[in-house]
Amino acid sequence: MMTEYDLLFAILFQLAQLLLVVLLAPLLTGWVNQCQAWLQNRSGAGVLQPYRVLRKLFHKDAVIAHNASWLFRVTPYIVFGCMWLAAAIIPIIAVDLPFSQAADVIALVGVFALARVFISLAAMDIGTAFGSLGARREMLVSFLAEPALLMVLFTASMISHSTQLPRIVDTLAHHQFILYPSLAFAALAFVIVLLAENARIPVDNPSTHLELTMIHEAMILEYSARHLALIEWASSLKLFAYISIGIALFVPHGIAEVGNWAGLPLAIVLLLLKLMLAGAGLAVLETVMAKMRIFRAPEFLGTAFLLAVLGLLIHFLLGA
Amino acid sequence: MQIPYTLQFINLLAALLLLIAFAMLAQRRILSLINLFAWQGALLALSTFIVAYSTNQHHLYYSAGLTLLLKVMLLPYLLHRLIHRLNVRWDVETLINIPTTMLVGIALVIFSFNLAAPISQLAEGITRGLIGIALACVLLSLLMMLTRRKAVSQVVAFLSLENGLFFAATSATQGMPLVVELGIALDVLVATFIFGVFFFQIRETFDSLDITHMEKLKDD
Repeated sequence: MMTEYDLLFAILFQLAQLLLVVLLAPLLTGWVNQCQAWLQNRSGAGVLQPYRVLRKLFHKDAVIAHNASWLFRVTPYIVFGCMWLAAAIIPIIAVDLPFSQAADVIALVGVFALARVFISLAAMDIGTAFGSLGARREMLVSFLAEPALLMVLFTASMISHSTQLPRIVDTLAHHQFILYPSLAFAALAFVIVLLAENARIPVDNPSTHLELTMIHEAMILEYSARHLALIEWASSLKLFAYISIGIALFVPHGIAEVGNWAGLPLAIVLLLLKLMLAGAGLAVLETVMAKMRIFRAPEFLGTAFLLAVLGLLIHFLLGA
Repeated sequence: MQIPYTLQFINLLAALLLLIAFAMLAQRRILSLINLFAWQGALLALSTFIVAYSTNQHHLYYSAGLTLLLKVMLLPYLLHRLIHRLNVRWDVETLINIPTTMLVGIALVIFSFNLAAPISQLAEGITRGLIGIALACVLLSLLMMLTRRKAVSQVVAFLSLENGLFFAATSATQGMPLVVELGIALDVLVATFIFGVFFFQIRETFDSLDITHMEKLKDD
């Protein structure tokens, strides 16, 4: 008798989550940058700076290279769409949302891969040296990071016997509290993957334009105005999505249960708190670490894969 | 089925021990290697203490204390002093490169888990699955002894191998008699002293701690 209302609510809250994510994502990026500025004894540009940058970029006229094909033009929209979709699949404020039933964690990794393929193709499409250099490096980093990410997700899936993120959150958050040594390993591996996939410091530097070291920036060098704005926004969404995956897997306590719509305000407050902590932690990590040579990146990501596999093995042995 | 929290905590510590064994395998610097060894000792002492608490065996408290004294404080101190006197702070040279070593390490972990599975089913203690991890720690230390070139890191590997054995003893059989443990502790201590003397002898003869030079010692 309450199914119709439930469905209506579910769709409403799904839309609310979509809006929340797309509006909050630049704020998270701004928060991370602000924390970094504080740690480096700078006053910083304020947490709202990414919004100002986005507004500025949307008001500019786009300049596109002569030999750019349609691929170059559609890529920002595809990348933005992929990241938004990914953020919709992850249970961020509630477990029982209609979108999250549509795809499991493997599809989620696939969505990230789709965005990556398009952005790399667009980078090579222009034919500049930097574009293809960045694309190749991005592929090198991500082909090492992806198996590690899958292994991390599989560890959580083994524990909850499901590859659906809502089921995983449900098992980990709403049942009896158990210490999972395997998840500790997975969490370490996940942090490494997060740093690598979001072009953060030990692997890539998001604020650099030094030609020898950049990966992500090299790929988007030819973009301007609204295209660049969409790509920057997509990067913020990607960071938001990754941190949300981390929250869902390792600290899911507080995400609203099935049918518990009254838990939503608390869920949102807890989400903001966790995001603030995660952003500050990310800033600390980036401040204490030094950028490593690109040839050390495979070893770094190999460590992530090793940790994730160890987590999986320990789950098999200890059953926890 | 809900397993008690003490056991969950021991499982977590066992997983961390395995993690440290891998970290030692990947470590390039000798100072960090010794610090990792001290951390391994601390985890071992903590897990022994928890086993003692949960099974209510008093002699295990003594062995936890002994581990803390010997493996967290005395041996790392001795090793630090030793490398200070030998003036060896350079990076450790490995025979195989580190990613390959890690892959071999994973293979070893899978092997030892498989090997320990039937034994674990026979064991009746509170800590069944831990034999596999302890065995993996032992094998990883052996691997480290094989892949390192320098004598100091080989000795650290030897000491961490003993840590793995000790963990197997406390987790699988709930500790050996106190006399045996005292004997082993003394052995390890004496071994460290003898190794220290050896280091000086090796360096005096070859001007280096690289043990590949020992292949020159042929009787012809």
